[in-house]
Amino acid sequence: MAECHPVGFQWVMEAKRKGATIFHVDPRFTRTSAVSDIHVPIRAGTDIAFLGGLVNYVLSHELDFREYVVAYTNAATIIGEAFEDTEDLDGLFSGWDPESGQYDPETWQYAGAPKAPAAGQRDPAQPAGDRAGAEDASTGHDHEKTSHGAARSEAAGSGGPSVPHRGERDETLQHPRCVFQILKRHFARYTPEMVHEICGISREQFGQVADALTKNSNRERTSAFCYAVGWTHHSVGVQNIRTASILQLLLGNIGRPGGGIMALRGHASIQGSTDIPTLFNILPGYIPMPHAAQHDSLDDFVAADAGKVGFWGNMRSYTISLLKAYWGDAATVENDFCFDYLPRITGDHSTYSTVLGQIEGRVKGYFLVGENPAVGSSNGKMQRLGLANLDWLVVRDMAMIESATFWKDGAEIATGELATDEIGTEVFFLPAASHVEKAGSFTQTQRMLQWRTKAVEPPGDARSDLQFYYELGQRIRTKLAGSTDEMDRPLLDLTWDYPTEGPLGEPDGHAVLREINGTGPDGEPLSAYTELKDDGSTSCGCWIYCGVYADGVNQAARRKPHWEQNEVALEWGWVWPANRRILYNRASADPDGKPWSERKKYVWWEASADEGRGRWTGDDVPDFIADRPPDHVPADDATGPDAIGGRDPFVMQTDGKGWLFASAGLADGPLPTHYEPPESPVHNALYRQQNNPPRKSIDHRANPLNPSYSTVFPYVFTTYRLTEHHTAGAMSRTLSYLSELQPEMFCEISPRLARQRGLTNGGWATIVTSRTAIEARVLVTERLRSLRIGDQYVEQVGLPYHWGGTGLTTGDSANDLVNLTLDPNVFIQDKVGTCDIQPGRRPRGPELVSYVDAYRVRARDDDGREPENRSDA
Amino acid sequence: MSNSLHGRLDDVQQDAGYDQHPPRMGFFTDTSVCIGCKACEVACKEWNDVPEDGMSLSGMSYDNTQALGASTWRHVAFVEKPLHPTTTDLGLPGMGAPGWDSHENGPASAAVTLPASEDQGAESGDSGVRWLMSSDVCKHCTHAACLDVCPTGSLFRTEYGTVVVQPDICNGCGYCVPACPYGVIDVRKEDGRAFKCTLCYDRLKTGDTPACAKACPTESIQYGELDELRARADKRVDELHEKGLDVARLYGRDPEDGVGGDGAFFLLLDEPEVYGLPPDPVVTTRDLGSIWAHVGAAAGALLAIGAASFVGRRR
Repeated sequence: MAECHPVGFQWVMEAKRKGATIFHVDPRFTRTSAVSDIHVPIRAGTDIAFLGGLVNYVLSHELDFREYVVAYTNAATIIGEAFEDTEDLDGLFSGWDPESGQYDPETWQYAGAPKAPAAGQRDPAQPAGDRAGAEDASTGHDHEKTSHGAARSEAAGSGGPSVPHRGERDETLQHPRCVFQILKRHFARYTPEMVHEICGISREQFGQVADALTKNSNRERTSAFCYAVGWTHHSVGVQNIRTASILQLLLGNIGRPGGGIMALRGHASIQGSTDIPTLFNILPGYIPMPHAAQHDSLDDFVAADAGKVGFWGNMRSYTISLLKAYWGDAATVENDFCFDYLPRITGDHSTYSTVLGQIEGRVKGYFLVGENPAVGSSNGKMQRLGLANLDWLVVRDMAMIESATFWKDGAEIATGELATDEIGTEVFFLPAASHVEKAGSFTQTQRMLQWRTKAVEPPGDARSDLQFYYELGQRIRTKLAGSTDEMDRPLLDLTWDYPTEGPLGEPDGHAVLREINGTGPDGEPLSAYTELKDDGSTSCGCWIYCGVYADGVNQAARRKPHWEQNEVALEWGWVWPANRRILYNRASADPDGKPWSERKKYVWWEASADEGRGRWTGDDVPDFIADRPPDHVPADDATGPDAIGGRDPFVMQTDGKGWLFASAGLADGPLPTHYEPPESPVHNALYRQQNNPPRKSIDHRANPLNPSYSTVFPYVFTTYRLTEHHTAGAMSRTLSYLSELQPEMFCEISPRLARQRGLTNGGWATIVTSRTAIEARVLVTERLRSLRIGDQYVEQVGLPYHWGGTGLTTGDSANDLVNLTLDPNVFIQDKVGTCDIQPGRRPRGPELVSYVDAYRVRARDDDGREPENRSDA
Repeated sequence: MSNSLHGRLDDVQQDAGYDQHPPRMGFFTDTSVCIGCKACEVACKEWNDVPEDGMSLSGMSYDNTQALGASTWRHVAFVEKPLHPTTTDLGLPGMGAPGWDSHENGPASAAVTLPASEDQGAESGDSGVRWLMSSDVCKHCTHAACLDVCPTGSLFRTEYGTVVVQPDICNGCGYCVPACPYGVIDVRKEDGRAFKCTLCYDRLKTGDTPACAKACPTESIQYGELDELRARADKRVDELHEKGLDVARLYGRDPEDGVGGDGAFFLLLDEPEVYGLPPDPVVTTRDLGSIWAHVGAAAGALLAIGAASFVGRRR
């Protein structure tokens, strides 16, 4: 966190100053480790084993926050008899279909649940490795089964997937099929010894973490987890986060001050770019993108959510208000509020599927906006092969990046795999304004919108993205004006009219924010999403942002200093939803609505002698229906917010409970399970099942995998960032003051590995995988630990990923080494792989290809019997 | 105006001739909270328009800046210290000589005596290494030798008690360079003149915080009145000692030390040498008075001898 988020890390240092204990779990010893109390070196890609070990520690020592767990989680819920755990099936859950390579989650349901409409999220048209599924899905055998191909599990977003039934509960937690007991059995083998064997973490260190964490999690105290792509960029990325969620729920650290799981986002507004999404499968506010085969009408679209318990039950209002924001007066009851105008998805259209589509000639045009996939995305060769096979490419960036120049200086030009005069891609490079050259809002990881004003006008032809897209829209609409083609109606009917300002005629960001906030029948800004209607009388560009322009004031621009308000600081910026700083904060009070302790007092129930006058109150905006008393029991037939019980803090979940066990919504199981990364030098110590079963493979000749346990590729590599550079380098490798601080691509290795391979500090090394080989200067450092795993050592090669071919400092790209094997829920890549490392620089030109080919042949012929052990140094 | 050259001096500005002056301002750099982000280095260069200082990988941990100089007025040192030192010279960065002299490859030149299959850190269950970071800067000494030897008056004491070079007056003689007991000030080769930290004199004039302190995210670099900083530092050391961090110590805080105390002082977590700082710096002009006295005496003696020889001859 100090390495990649130094500014945010100041608060960790502040906490440390106040007595907090900081643990840092990371394969490498970083700047964060340097100031933490304890650094825990871990083998890359084994986080579930470590966190699962902590879960087991909590459960086996009965250190869970029992009152919280019983009342607020689904620990007491009983799961159907048909469920079988990985412990029963050697690494698989029940419902596995080996033919499609997917799970049917039917058996994961709560006991007594009717056949779940959200179940059967299998996608027979999309077996692992078959990217054609996207198209086939629309021929649709079974509409319900297309969901996962289109990443519908993520689409459930802030609503969470539906569980149609509150379920039977055993609040003694003794029933053998209650979630609590299933959890206990599932994690029973995640002992300190197993953690040591899988992660390479010593028992002493594990004990220190477990002890400190559990002692610091109770009525009086809370603990927080912070993570970044060290957890997410894995073929089990979603389950990594799930394991932390389970642990934090067991410890009572969710919905309480000082608790939680903090996602450190990769850029200034990555949170904003999922809220108002740049993702293929969701619309603003996590409303799922309609599916071509499932959603012929608005009614079809909202049907699955209409009967839901909780605030997601109002999805129809949110959707219609969005359609009104898009199409204004053109959206009427009669035309289903222009629901037909919305694009449809037919399957997985995520980044890597799109790249494959480019290579196969199915994707003709591409916009790159502040993104440099030729350096920043995994398997750089596939990225460049894709870019080279387009008809046109628009690059908007502040610097001439590798993704705009690949056609003349990409690695494949040097090797002869691509030739400049054979690349037909027409590249349009459009200079972009930087964040200080445009006004707008950033949404950070706390969901906080902070408005920033423009400091200077952008230089030359540089323009803001807002202006670019606004004018692009205007020009397209001018070209289409007068068209009678039905297909052009969605563009022509768009509300596309914003006031402009300044010498460059830039659209006024305030007007956009106001539109996002939404307006009522009188045209005035709304103040809360609870005001949204499903009759077309309200308009709202993103329901969760409703209130950011309340009273016609830009609430995101508020800057009241912390010394003029309490520590929750409700008047600094604006946080969705409803300016609420901590989600699910009903859980900060006990079931009766009293604070768990004076020290951790946050939101509580203030009873009143007058019937119906009681209120939730506190330092934050209560995340609960303001006047719903703690003892409220909803009617059996209640739906939407009416169905939320007084003790159901997780108001967006259909059962109001925090999910230790996720009976729907995940492609790879209701509970997290340790699997080895797709490339690993060791066997899975828990199961014969080596890898995450439904992981998505990208089957292409440019994406060959190293065999597991290969002695040809005996080492683990992982990629990461340095403080001095920013992501793919466009904003740092172009600046001398930053470039001089980290002037060359390097790799970090342990002294032991240096001895094994004859590598010297400051010398050159070549790092090889089945994809390609790159070169880097060598830093030999004790900060990279040789991990003792059983009777063998695992060596890890650390690779910063900032370098590419252009800029003031250039070098090979670490991402060229990374394979494409994706998490089955969200299609993110696994940044961990295996490699060989040798002294010296890599071969040049076509020889590089034959060099890598020779490795592949050797790896194929290698029997791979024994993982690299080694005393051969 | 006494212009003292050494010893305790409580009002350095008055000593330099300011009868009315603001309080002495300085830096307290608390290295125990430094995260090595180098924002200070970048902010300094941005504000003061200091040129780029070379694009070469040092091989010494993450320290590619390597030292203070004419084009580096803030320098973050990175010191890797194994917790289980061996007798092996592995060419580890930060442990004395970098241990590599060539970019060519070959077998590791270092003699390895560590049992080959062992890794002590892995066995011990700790992380095996400490990584010390510290942002170094001009010390703005109470007795600044650079200033004392400057023949042009380019170097001067400001009303804030800081020491600043005026580039329009500097003639590039370079006397200040060897005079500095810390090796801070240096001559920019392509320019010929001497440069160093000004403690952002221009920003102080308008009541602003120096760029480095402003940019520091963790308040490792603290700017303020020197008296208050010293009190704050004393408290911080006590705090750390109470937490069992006995290694914490202040460097440059003592007004009785060889330079009369630094205007920019540090909280360190190890011996100064570990950070590349002289353990007991002494103002190089400390003996200037006695040198001149000796010179005077010698000259007098020579004169006397010379005179005597004439006297003698006349006889």
